[in-house]
Amino acid sequence: MIIPELGEYALILALCLAVLLATVPLAGATRGNTLWMSYARPLSKGMFLFTLFSFLCLSWSFIDNDFSVVYVASNSNTALPWYYRLSAVWGGHEGSLLLWALILAGWTLAVAVKSRNLPQDIIARVLAVMGWISIGFYLFILFTSSPFERYLPGYPQEGADLNPLLQDFGLIVHPPMLYMGYVGFAVAFAFAIAALLSGRLDAAWARWSRPWTSVAWAFLTLGIALGSWWAYYELGWGGWWFWDPVENASLMPWLVGTALVHSLAVTEKRGVFKSWTVLLAIFAFSLSLLGTFLVRSGVLTSVHAFASDPDRGLFILIMLAVVIGGSLLLYALRAGQMRSESSFGLLSRESLLLVNNVLLVVSCAMVLLGTIYPLIVDALGMGKLSVGPPYFNALFIPLMSIMLVFMGAGVISRWKQTPLSMLVQQLWLPGIAAIVLGIGATWLYAGELEHWVTLGIVLAWWVVLAGLRDLYNRLRHRSEKLAGLLKQSRSYYGMVLAHLGVAVLVVGVALVSIYSEQRDLRMQPGDSVTFRNYTFVYEGNKHVEGPNYTSDQGQIRVLYEDEPYALMRPEKRLYTARGNVMTEAAIDPGFTRDLYVALGEPLENGAWAVRVQYKPYVRWLWLGGLLMTAGGLLAASDPRYRKRMRSAEA
Amino acid sequence: MNNRKLFAFIPLVIFIVLGIFLWRGLSIDPTELPSALADNKRPVPAFELPSLTEPSVMLSNADLKGEVALLNVWATWCPTCKEEHGFLNRLAQDEGVTIYGINYKDEPAKAREWLRRYLNPYKKVILDEKGTLGLDMGVYGAPETYVLDADGVVRYRHVGAVDASVWKTLQQVMAQVEQEAVK
Amino acid sequence: MKALLLSLMLLLPFSAQAAIDAYEFSDEQKEARFQQLTGELRCPKCQNQNIADSDAPLASDLRREVHRMLEEGESDEGIIDFMVTRYGDFVLYRPRVNETTWLLWYGPFVLLGIGVLVVVLISRNRRQSTPTGPKASSEVGGQYQASEGLTTEEAERLNKLLQRDSDQ
Repeated sequence: MIIPELGEYALILALCLAVLLATVPLAGATRGNTLWMSYARPLSKGMFLFTLFSFLCLSWSFIDNDFSVVYVASNSNTALPWYYRLSAVWGGHEGSLLLWALILAGWTLAVAVKSRNLPQDIIARVLAVMGWISIGFYLFILFTSSPFERYLPGYPQEGADLNPLLQDFGLIVHPPMLYMGYVGFAVAFAFAIAALLSGRLDAAWARWSRPWTSVAWAFLTLGIALGSWWAYYELGWGGWWFWDPVENASLMPWLVGTALVHSLAVTEKRGVFKSWTVLLAIFAFSLSLLGTFLVRSGVLTSVHAFASDPDRGLFILIMLAVVIGGSLLLYALRAGQMRSESSFGLLSRESLLLVNNVLLVVSCAMVLLGTIYPLIVDALGMGKLSVGPPYFNALFIPLMSIMLVFMGAGVISRWKQTPLSMLVQQLWLPGIAAIVLGIGATWLYAGELEHWVTLGIVLAWWVVLAGLRDLYNRLRHRSEKLAGLLKQSRSYYGMVLAHLGVAVLVVGVALVSIYSEQRDLRMQPGDSVTFRNYTFVYEGNKHVEGPNYTSDQGQIRVLYEDEPYALMRPEKRLYTARGNVMTEAAIDPGFTRDLYVALGEPLENGAWAVRVQYKPYVRWLWLGGLLMTAGGLLAASDPRYRKRMRSAEA
Repeated sequence: MNNRKLFAFIPLVIFIVLGIFLWRGLSIDPTELPSALADNKRPVPAFELPSLTEPSVMLSNADLKGEVALLNVWATWCPTCKEEHGFLNRLAQDEGVTIYGINYKDEPAKAREWLRRYLNPYKKVILDEKGTLGLDMGVYGAPETYVLDADGVVRYRHVGAVDASVWKTLQQVMAQVEQEAVK
Repeated sequence: MKALLLSLMLLLPFSAQAAIDAYEFSDEQKEARFQQLTGELRCPKCQNQNIADSDAPLASDLRREVHRMLEEGESDEGIIDFMVTRYGDFVLYRPRVNETTWLLWYGPFVLLGIGVLVVVLISRNRRQSTPTGPKASSEVGGQYQASEGLTTEEAERLNKLLQRDSDQ
């Protein structure tokens, strides 16, 4: 019975350790006191252990069905299967913050353990910055959003149940991955701040933060892909991206994070763009925090915002002001003094990567502008308006198309100076081939040349073929081609995988956006509909009982070119605890298309409203996301980062 | 060099501006919509609908004219309407406010039973069974309360229950509208 | 307090039901326009959903109106005007281009222009400021100097390591 209190105490102790972590090593670093600096590692470990303990206490309360705890009572139920009870820990605002704090402590621990070879004052500063961020989150949880609060004196015998939307595998994995990404940028942020504080903003700094940034970026990519996949099958209408504020909140740090990953490469290899890279590192984490504010404060309406509370909003806003405002002030004071000792021409890898950065940052600014524009207009008393998918698509797609063009050229280009003649000589063949193959493939697939689809497919080919040309360049002078392939570094293959992922994603987006087909029908048992060579026959409904719901299950027989193909079973579920109705779509997944059937309302005479959809190449969206994730992780695992650290220690 | 130093402050300045807007945003309710009718001072859209209390009588715009009044959109399926009903009764009886009602997307029999049980604060109740008038007025959730001037022009809209504090605002608006009419 | 709790609960995504109604259209073009229009009109009642996806009764009413007007031969502009007259600009997911939205629609392009300009200026400046002679320029470009917060030994070690790395 005392478990929740223990959890709260552990969190308070974690806060105390965070305060020590934020101050003692930092003071040590400023005064050159090695003893004080050496406290950073043990303090980080302690902070992690207490946060973990606190998290386990909350998990235990869920497993134990302790409904005297308000948070458990409002997000769980005895009929809920055990695995959903566990994932319900992060199903609401309070618990998801605790998960955030745990992951933050986890990253802090990872930096403490993995960076044994960094100079001691740097590691002390980095961990201290992580400590400062942790203080903010512990205070936020303890003062405004404690998950351990009790119903006193009386408490309900039964919990209100977890929101049925969240009773799903997607929710078990999506938030932890997303938070790994958001919070992972805190590490890049901490390295940047530590570098600004120490005044040692050099290539070594870029090399240290590069693997961390790549890992964080990979997790964020995976988190977004999982979120999109979850929305696709769970929300019941087959959309995969809605440009909702919550989604934008995850896309903005991703865009800046992508820019950061590229900018870090330039800073590491060439020592340029230092202040720009630091700024991106600050931006990436700031946007993660800003996303938290937008989602949890209630300033914007979103389909899946948390229950909002202005007090919480104010607290996060103060935290934003301290963290972002403070770091930008530090940046303004220190970055003006930085000088770059390098040169590059108008056509060079540096300048092309800078163009990539500009496009990514402008896209991010566009998303931010669109997301908060209704708020700005409202605050200025100019009325209410909405900014939605038509706006974002109209601007985002052209910006990304330009970026894809530069992506191909950037891969081929050389550092410092790339003669135009060389670019033309190397790229004319991939360029023409991309146009021919792109137009050909589009024509073969659709029998027409819809301009966006054609553009998308051509650009996807362009990225792939330019990449192949680059690989050919790397192997041209080697006699042993296979050995040459093996000799390429992991970070090179990481880049190749990630760029391939982009190409795959682009194909998916282009085809599923334009060539999806949807029919909303009134179907009586025996009715059928045929399109795209598939025939869907509605055979009536079955009644099904689940653990905490009852369901009407439609039986839809599918024929492919008049041959029996599958039985699809879309459901309409009634979750008994809260009385909400949920659509459970039936999906027949495939590499080149999904069949998607959802059940609507019962109509008169035993008929049901049924939605049948054909979604071409929709899986390619998430396949692209997975490839990018794999690319990020592979690049981060490059042994040279570890080698470098070891030799720096020597 | 000096220029560079100034440029380095740009991100901070942008963030401060953004922060001010976000802070303002905390006190704005994004779900509350302005009324297109009230903003443009347009009259209640033309309608021809039966009265809830006397189904044989047809009501139209002319019935809403003559004095500054409230127009309340309600239905028996709406729990907040029940919450505010007592307050509307008090307004009609004690303060002598003229209140018209729109019974919005409801079952007439249930609605008549409701008025019998909880008393009727309305001078006239328009029966909008299909919700066509509601749609024309831009109703997006019951209850909604409009302030009409003597010409039947919409001057203000409140979405949600009317209580003492909301009434204060409505009273101010009504007083202002009356003053304007005198001029 | 109860009202507060209720409103807090309502903010959660309460139901995810596909909003499906089986309208029949006189031709396929109208069906496509129906999907386009209902996809770009925002449901005034809901959190942040278009009227095509929302299962709120109001969204269903609005879909019915869109269907009715389409079948009566109304133009897209006419239908959009109909909605704006009743619910204001809020219902448009594609905000109209006017004084209020100039920043929204053109701002990103202005920013892009500034960005490109800065890239060009930077790479020009960098090129001019380098010492003459191709060899010297590449030396300065590729090497780390002790002045960047590195001691001389550190810079040397770094450059050696970078050398090793540049083959990869």
